[in-house]
Amino acid sequence: MKLPSRTFSTEFNLRQLFTYAGLWLLPIAFLVIFYFFPLGSILQMSFSRGGAGLISPFLEAIQSESVGQILWFTIWQAALSTILTLAVGLPGAYLLARYEFRGKSLLQALSAVPFVIPTVVVAAAFYALLGPRGWLNLAAMHIFDLPTAPIQLMNTIYAILLAHIFYNTTIVLRMVGDFWSHVDPRINQAARTLGANQFTTFFRITLPIIGPAIAAAALLVFIFDFTSFGVILLLGGPRFATLEVEIYYQTISLFNLPLAAVLALLQLSCTLAMTIIYTRLTRRITQPLELRSRSFTQKKLTTWRSRFFATMIIILLFTILIAPLFALVMRSFTRLEPERGARTVESPGFTLDFYQELNINRRSSLFFVPPTTAIGISLGYASATVLLALAIGLPAAWALARHSKSPLNSFLDPLLMLPLGTSAVTLGLGFIVALNRPPFDLRASPILIPIAHTLVAFPFVVRSLTPSLHSIQPRLRQAASILGASPMQVFRAVDLPMVGRALIVAATFAFTISLGEFGASAMISRPEYPTIPIVIYRFISQPGAINYGQAMALSTILMLVAAGSMIAIERLRIADIGEF
Amino acid sequence: MRGNLFIIILVCSLVGVTISACGTTETTSIEPQTLTIMTHDSFSISEQVLDEFQNEHNVNVRFIKSGDTGTAVNKAILAKDKPLADIFYGIDNTFLSRALAEGIFESYQSPLLADIPDEFELDQNYDALPVDFGDVCLNYDIEYFVENGLEPPATLDDLINPQFKDLVVVQNPATSSPGLAFLLATIGKYGDPGYLDYWEDLVANNVLVVNDWEVAYYQEFSRAGGSRPIVVSYGSSPPFEVIYAETPIDEPPTAAIVSDGACFRQIEFAGILSGTQNRDLAEKWIDYMLGPTFQEDIPLQMFVFPVNQNAELDETFVQFLAVPENPSFVSPEQITANRENWINDWTEVVLR
Repeated sequence: MKLPSRTFSTEFNLRQLFTYAGLWLLPIAFLVIFYFFPLGSILQMSFSRGGAGLISPFLEAIQSESVGQILWFTIWQAALSTILTLAVGLPGAYLLARYEFRGKSLLQALSAVPFVIPTVVVAAAFYALLGPRGWLNLAAMHIFDLPTAPIQLMNTIYAILLAHIFYNTTIVLRMVGDFWSHVDPRINQAARTLGANQFTTFFRITLPIIGPAIAAAALLVFIFDFTSFGVILLLGGPRFATLEVEIYYQTISLFNLPLAAVLALLQLSCTLAMTIIYTRLTRRITQPLELRSRSFTQKKLTTWRSRFFATMIIILLFTILIAPLFALVMRSFTRLEPERGARTVESPGFTLDFYQELNINRRSSLFFVPPTTAIGISLGYASATVLLALAIGLPAAWALARHSKSPLNSFLDPLLMLPLGTSAVTLGLGFIVALNRPPFDLRASPILIPIAHTLVAFPFVVRSLTPSLHSIQPRLRQAASILGASPMQVFRAVDLPMVGRALIVAATFAFTISLGEFGASAMISRPEYPTIPIVIYRFISQPGAINYGQAMALSTILMLVAAGSMIAIERLRIADIGEF
Repeated sequence: MRGNLFIIILVCSLVGVTISACGTTETTSIEPQTLTIMTHDSFSISEQVLDEFQNEHNVNVRFIKSGDTGTAVNKAILAKDKPLADIFYGIDNTFLSRALAEGIFESYQSPLLADIPDEFELDQNYDALPVDFGDVCLNYDIEYFVENGLEPPATLDDLINPQFKDLVVVQNPATSSPGLAFLLATIGKYGDPGYLDYWEDLVANNVLVVNDWEVAYYQEFSRAGGSRPIVVSYGSSPPFEVIYAETPIDEPPTAAIVSDGACFRQIEFAGILSGTQNRDLAEKWIDYMLGPTFQEDIPLQMFVFPVNQNAELDETFVQFLAVPENPSFVSPEQITANRENWINDWTEVVLR
């Protein structure tokens, strides 16, 4: 392309530069105020409280045998969990990407539900299904007439792996499935016509094209598993500890802040290293390609083979993602007490008591909220999180995608992932230490909750958007610019329609992250405005059968809210975004 | 088309704004003062009990919950230069000396201490005043022992006998507050290092360790469908099984073992945070917390019990609450000094 004159060129670049800087302004300001500043403050305070400077806590950590073991276990279980999650998620992503079938949107909505369920409830679900007196064991003992439970899964590494797959498969389904659904199937058909077999076509054609989306999903899954806390504690039992668990123990139980700070930095370095590997890798494999609308790429399940394949995958997803949830739903309608003596699989009675009880403030407690209020509060925080996360995530993703060669980008890109790899305990204390003067004395403000949720959601938003933004042909934008469109117009006419689906995926992540988040909400919660997970936890931390039943009932309600919201978001049609 | 987008954004922001705003709109004729209380996530109070205090002193009481006890205490310590609140409530004897060493409280010798037995007053400077207590004790599933024709255990010593093999579930002291309390009970009873021998025997008897009370009590305990009929919980759990039964029952399905040295007493304290601008009101709130109205409200709200001996208990508690006469004792100073070593040694013996 020849540019008309030199003056035009510099003017053009200057304008580009301003746009570029403008795009980064909001995301960077947000991260500096609500992430780097609190994190820096707590780390600095931790080391200065230790009084031994920076070096000796590091030496203490390096020389400690247990820290080495914990680090190794953390990496090992995260890697294995990620591989297994991909193994379950990729066939599902293919199904959702390439085929149109009845019940698909329901399947998609349900597959997102595990993501919002608090770990203490997931533990209950796993126990109900797989525990020593879980349904599977009871059934096996009944059928094969065994004296003891044959399946001993709880407090083993298998329970951890299973729970990680349960939680994170939806990330693969959404990020990969959505991107894949826009890849032109004619590329594959061309390869097949030219004589490549199915195997070669997949590895030489499909995999390189969807590679960036798989890498993005794998990175997020890995970081989630790497910083896993509740799953390790509740399902893995006391013999397993990740860095996050150890940071909690050192911080809260022992108040050894210098060592906790070293561990938090260790966790951050690993996150950073993973992200840098990811960025290098995707830069090499990402290439612009023409995305197609889904009506073009998807077909119906017509052949025998495709139907068989679809059935197998749906059964797999149901078994892993939905069966544990189903166990919870059943429990919320089940009365155990009267039949207790002879309890078997079929003895318990049906009841609605737990649901009715949810609306009764028996103790006339000040902090009682009926379920409808908790739903409202949760939805409010979730909507605020979606807005905030998109407002700062979209410009960041756009800047990353449009100026991918800029050195600032290669520096900033890995940093954006850090909030996800940061210890929640450390950052929570960081808020207390740092945000203590006006205008940011937010330590007791409810606003801090959507802000904390946004920190987790933001990397998801960026990662959901960048593969699609990257794949937009630069010449489309250049053409628009040359024809006189302003950067804003280019964005509206070129980028927005093409990333519309990705935008919805991003919004979905932000929404579900906020809906299910427990740790930050509990640490900064104003008791008058509890989210659903907080109320569930209130019930399950108290003795008494009716309290436990209410926790199950409210968990069922949370699932309904999550699934309902997913279906509603899927149906959103904003400026043709959803249609693409 | 784009109109839709803006309407959606508008609606969502309104939802957000309403939620953040509804805490701040309170109007009365004379502007009431605000008293802020920092506490842990198990705190609760009846509306009437709070209203009584608010009306009497024309004050708005605001609560900030800051996670579990340990997290809340750490936050109060880290915020001591710019305190988040006027009062901190809910620090227990396992964290007490950490906070006292950091000097986060102002001393206040409330006149109501006269009604509180000396054994609760662990801080002789009165920086932290006792408010309530709860005993961590072993609970057992009565029906299990009836069905199997077994005598339930009565002491800690019993648990290492062969007939209780495979029957006990406890919590990890590194991650669970009742878990730590039970470890302290064994340390108080068998001494250091005697407690390690005891735990070795428990391990030989195949004790099950889980990380949290929720898993122990609601999953592994036989009463909830698990396979272990003996669990570490609270002395108060049996009466609460009656109060929060699925269908009304006359007697608790579980019982607590309260023989000498079998339980550890957790005492919760409140204190005025250093640097408060509302010292007078803060003193009034402390007095109110130690007085009969609040004290009698405690059990049903928070599952723990009043330290004020004039407070009267609900009928169910009078009937079914077993209170240990001689719980195991370890002083707050010893706990803070040895917590790490005790937990490490315990981990070596029990989990390796």
